[in-house]
Amino acid sequence: MSSTSTSPAPAPVPPAPARAPRGPAVYHPTVGRLTLRALLGRRRALILMALPALLLLISVLIRTQTGADDRAAAEILGGFALAAMVPLIGVVAGTGAIGPEIDDGSVVYLLSKPVKRHVIITTKLLVAVGVTMLFTALPTLVAGVILGGNSQRIAVAYAAAAAVASIAYSAVFLLMGTVSRNAVVLGLVYALVWEALFGSLVPGARALSIQQWGLSIAERIAAPGAGIESEVGLAAGIILLTVATVGATWYAGRRLRALTLAGEA
Amino acid sequence: MSLIQIKSASRWFGNVVAVNDVSLDIGPGITGLLGPNGAGKSTLIHMMSGFLAPSSGEVTLNGGVIWQNEAAYREIGLVPEREGMYDYLTGSEFVLANAELHGLAEPGAAARAALETVEMTAAADRRIATYSKGMRQRVKMASALVHHPSVLLLDEPFNGMDPRQRMHLMDLLRKMGAQGRTVLFSSHILEEVEQLASHIEVIVAGRHAASGDFRKIRRLMTDRPHQYLIRSSDDRALAAALIADASTSGIEIDRSEGALRVQAVDFHRFAEQLPRLARQHSIRLLAVSPSDESLESVFSYLVSA
Repeated sequence: MSSTSTSPAPAPVPPAPARAPRGPAVYHPTVGRLTLRALLGRRRALILMALPALLLLISVLIRTQTGADDRAAAEILGGFALAAMVPLIGVVAGTGAIGPEIDDGSVVYLLSKPVKRHVIITTKLLVAVGVTMLFTALPTLVAGVILGGNSQRIAVAYAAAAAVASIAYSAVFLLMGTVSRNAVVLGLVYALVWEALFGSLVPGARALSIQQWGLSIAERIAAPGAGIESEVGLAAGIILLTVATVGATWYAGRRLRALTLAGEA
Repeated sequence: MSLIQIKSASRWFGNVVAVNDVSLDIGPGITGLLGPNGAGKSTLIHMMSGFLAPSSGEVTLNGGVIWQNEAAYREIGLVPEREGMYDYLTGSEFVLANAELHGLAEPGAAARAALETVEMTAAADRRIATYSKGMRQRVKMASALVHHPSVLLLDEPFNGMDPRQRMHLMDLLRKMGAQGRTVLFSSHILEEVEQLASHIEVIVAGRHAASGDFRKIRRLMTDRPHQYLIRSSDDRALAAALIADASTSGIEIDRSEGALRVQAVDFHRFAEQLPRLARQHSIRLLAVSPSDESLESVFSYLVSA
């Protein structure tokens, strides 16, 4: 086989297509669209819908069995919605917004573009927050209304707590998805072992929990006798939620910038 | 016209040195990056495409460092080796997303043009999950071409392609090279490199083993034995004469071929002595051909070096 060492006379390079003057600063619609489609793909959407469906089912059953009951509402919304459903859906949405792309290598197509890494992260965060809120805060509100008709503002209080916790969970789990291939496991360990188990056993651990920070907002919204109590005060809760969200987002952007492809050499 | 420069770049992973003090320039035209599996080709391409920082040294595009420089991707089109590529999208959605991510003013038109270039218009509305390996490769190619990059980096682009697809991609790359783009592709298959690249860079065990036209590289290896297949009017007499000369190290009479297989250790001397000895012994030379002037042999020498 002979080599083709003589190349034809150089043809001129066709002009490059025109570019829009500046890329977006926070939200890139294309990154958002890809992330949303990945998150709401068939299997993930089923996982995301399962817990809210269970919450609503339980709420309807309790309401029809025992009637409107503020204590039952607080227990279900606090013990199941905020303590289990929000972190679990946060894990699925937060890690799912970036982890699978890094795992299968398709993230290369996002990263080999003139798009700022922090824009990719903030876009994915916004999508993860939107999805987490949609599947947690909304069903929490509806369940609260079903259980107690928002008496003592319990439904709104827990929905607000779920909403702000959604933001922080999404940011923390997005970071985990960026730095670790075992993000889902790590996320579940955090949600179930740290927040649920240690949180109920070790007093100090409770204060370091997104769930408690969210509760500080619920505590303020609900009527004083509603029985909602947080380990941290409102100011501390808001500060900690902000620090966790901003810190995790910033660090995820940094890590994405330094993401290297595993060398198959 | 774009120039990628690798300056004394090394990359190690823990104790493993994947790329060891490599310096090379890659300019316009087609360059083949050749080396056995695990030689460090992908590591080099990852460094050139900004997905790996060199542990030491520098990798630049037109003078600017590529690592952590998103703006460099305006000039770079990358065809990665890995298969992951948003399987839930259709081919045209995928290429469109790439065009949008490049911030092109008319992403739809650019995506259509790129899909036409790789002849994937017919299957563009099927989901990528349903594509054959060759189709995936072509859609990857379209995504890399959509913004008309001046540099095209392809990691093992012919893997899994059937011969027709391979020829088509080779034609496309030749076109890109002829347009003055800097096209670099890696391969461990010599035939591919030989057919396509005017210039090759050989990487063996993380080191830059050779650079240039493959024939020139072969000549550079004069301290290694060259194999020749010789037919003559009297093979045995010629064999006796040749083995007496210091330019050869071994001769085999290949009876099935009806020819001599000669190992020459001194290329220049052998080229001078062969006709002289034949004349002295009144032997007619019927055929003299290098029997190992393929990339395969160049390569095996370099690998065993």
